[in-house]
Amino acid sequence: MNKEQQLEIYYYLHLTRTLEDKLENLLKQGKIIGGLFRSLGQEATAVGSAYALDKNHNDMVSPLTRDMGAMMVMGAQPREVFSSYLARTTSPNQGRDQNLHFTDLQRGFIGTVSPLGTMIAVMNGVVMGARMQGKQTVGMVYIGDGATSTGAFHEALNFAAVQNLPLVIVAEHNGFAYSTPTAKQMRIQNLADRAQAYGMPSEIVDGNDVLAVYEVARRAVDRAREGGGPTMIEAKTFRMRGHAAHDNQSYVAKELLDEWRKKDPLENYERQLLESNVAITDELEAIRNRVEALLGEDLAWTESQPTFKGEDAVAGVYA
Amino acid sequence: MAAITLLEAVKQGLWEEMERDKNVFILGEDVGEYGGAFKVTDGFLKQFGADRVIDTPISESAIVGAACGAAMMGLRPVAEMQFIDFISCCFDMLTNYAAKSRYRQGIGIPMVVRGPCGGGVHGGPFHSQNVEAFFLNTPGLKMVEPSTPYDAKGLIKAAIRDDDPVLFFEHKLLYRNPKIKQEVPDDDYLVPIGKAATRREGRDLSIITYGAMVYTALDAAAALAKEGIEAEIVDLRTLAPFDREAVCETVKKTSKIMILHEATRTGGMAGELTAVINEEVFEYLDAPVVRVTSIDTPVPYAPPLEEFFLPQVEDVLKAARALVKY
Repeated sequence: MNKEQQLEIYYYLHLTRTLEDKLENLLKQGKIIGGLFRSLGQEATAVGSAYALDKNHNDMVSPLTRDMGAMMVMGAQPREVFSSYLARTTSPNQGRDQNLHFTDLQRGFIGTVSPLGTMIAVMNGVVMGARMQGKQTVGMVYIGDGATSTGAFHEALNFAAVQNLPLVIVAEHNGFAYSTPTAKQMRIQNLADRAQAYGMPSEIVDGNDVLAVYEVARRAVDRAREGGGPTMIEAKTFRMRGHAAHDNQSYVAKELLDEWRKKDPLENYERQLLESNVAITDELEAIRNRVEALLGEDLAWTESQPTFKGEDAVAGVYA
Repeated sequence: MAAITLLEAVKQGLWEEMERDKNVFILGEDVGEYGGAFKVTDGFLKQFGADRVIDTPISESAIVGAACGAAMMGLRPVAEMQFIDFISCCFDMLTNYAAKSRYRQGIGIPMVVRGPCGGGVHGGPFHSQNVEAFFLNTPGLKMVEPSTPYDAKGLIKAAIRDDDPVLFFEHKLLYRNPKIKQEVPDDDYLVPIGKAATRREGRDLSIITYGAMVYTALDAAAALAKEGIEAEIVDLRTLAPFDREAVCETVKKTSKIMILHEATRTGGMAGELTAVINEEVFEYLDAPVVRVTSIDTPVPYAPPLEEFFLPQVEDVLKAARALVKY
């Protein structure tokens, strides 16, 4: 990976972190009405994996609410995220849905729905449809540790395997499903073990190491594109906030948070770039300034937009 | 043009759409090699190939999920439920994904989920249900149930070309019923979704119904005619969004309304139709709207139990006589 790409990854990591910081502030100011589900501590998984996709093949991701980084990599704009959270008429989901639940098939991201596991089944169809149209599209879909307990997850993994679909399933093992630890979710240690049952290869990766995630994802994407079928990647990471902003995470041991704080993906990557002489401090600062300027501009723009009229709710249920 | 059964009509419609549009494909359990449990897709695999006639695992969620995703990409999937009872297994895909997609992300899901519905064949609680009420409360879905071969062909074609998800119910009692065979045009025709059909003109009361109950209503109407009572029969054909205009017109004409359906009573189509009649044409009514439906139990297996469960001609006659006298 060349320097430009490595700095681009830094840009997306930093953008994701800072955009969520801004959203957290907006929530505290009472400007965000709905929930806020942060990806703090696990941004590297979303950014590193989506970075392995190829826009020239119209690859598609379906991110979870904690995968804003993947949306950014695919070209979603901060102003779209702000507009959605602040329910402005510029919202890409037209105020009908919330947070990151928005879609652009051209740019290659498909907003999630809240029932979990559903999107793997849908992404099966997306890549199956693309394959029928003669395209070489690869799909990437995310799932949390808790959601690997759903029926939809198992049905969809089996279906993907049987159909040999070009799909990469990124399982984010972040320790807790809302308040429920993985040990109460399953008897196995590794989510990756689940793939075996479907005859699907899997790999485990340090989800906080963005370049490692990229490498693993790249292999899985290449394999999928070459007709090798689906792969499941388990990214070991940790959720550094509660399920949503209202949740103070009282059920998480302090030692665990302290331990994972040392593995912060953004700080580690920054150190890595400097220590390996890929970048100097000034270059990284320039990127941070670029992000700050973009976010400031997009937030101001969003806040100047109107909100909806009640009757806007009516249209658009049917064609 | 030869007289064909309702099953053959569905098959013809599917076949023609597969020939017409390469984006149309079929997926489901045993639909390929075996041709479907009821043989609706018999011969399709040979004609259209395994890429377009896909045998799937027993995974209704995965089947309908895949259909949703493919439809988003511009394909026109037709997913078969081996029995419509099993549609409950993919409730989330239908109600949370397919139904909401256009509204929440501006992307339509042009998908058909079709399968055999209905009782009267001693199929027991899991092979006899009518599931429309499960979905009536979900904006974004359309529901269709043909009662004649002509409509079955025209409606399945219309459902496939529709830009929204359509649940297509085929009453298994009608599939091979030789009495309802019809000559069906070989050429391309559509029966519009959202339009009811009047099966019998009458002046004394109206029976609003659909599916196999159309024939129960027709049998009852013939008996009533001998008593001097002329019943009008309105076949809804589309259950959601149903034809409000046709419903209101028949109320204005006869002023006495019976709603007849095979699905169970509470929270069923009849309740919703009654509410719409009350809201829109109450002043035309000369009697309270009457519901004739199955009883509020699962569909029982033993023949005497099932017969008691299902609305019979005699039930319609009793209710009709009382309604006319009111």
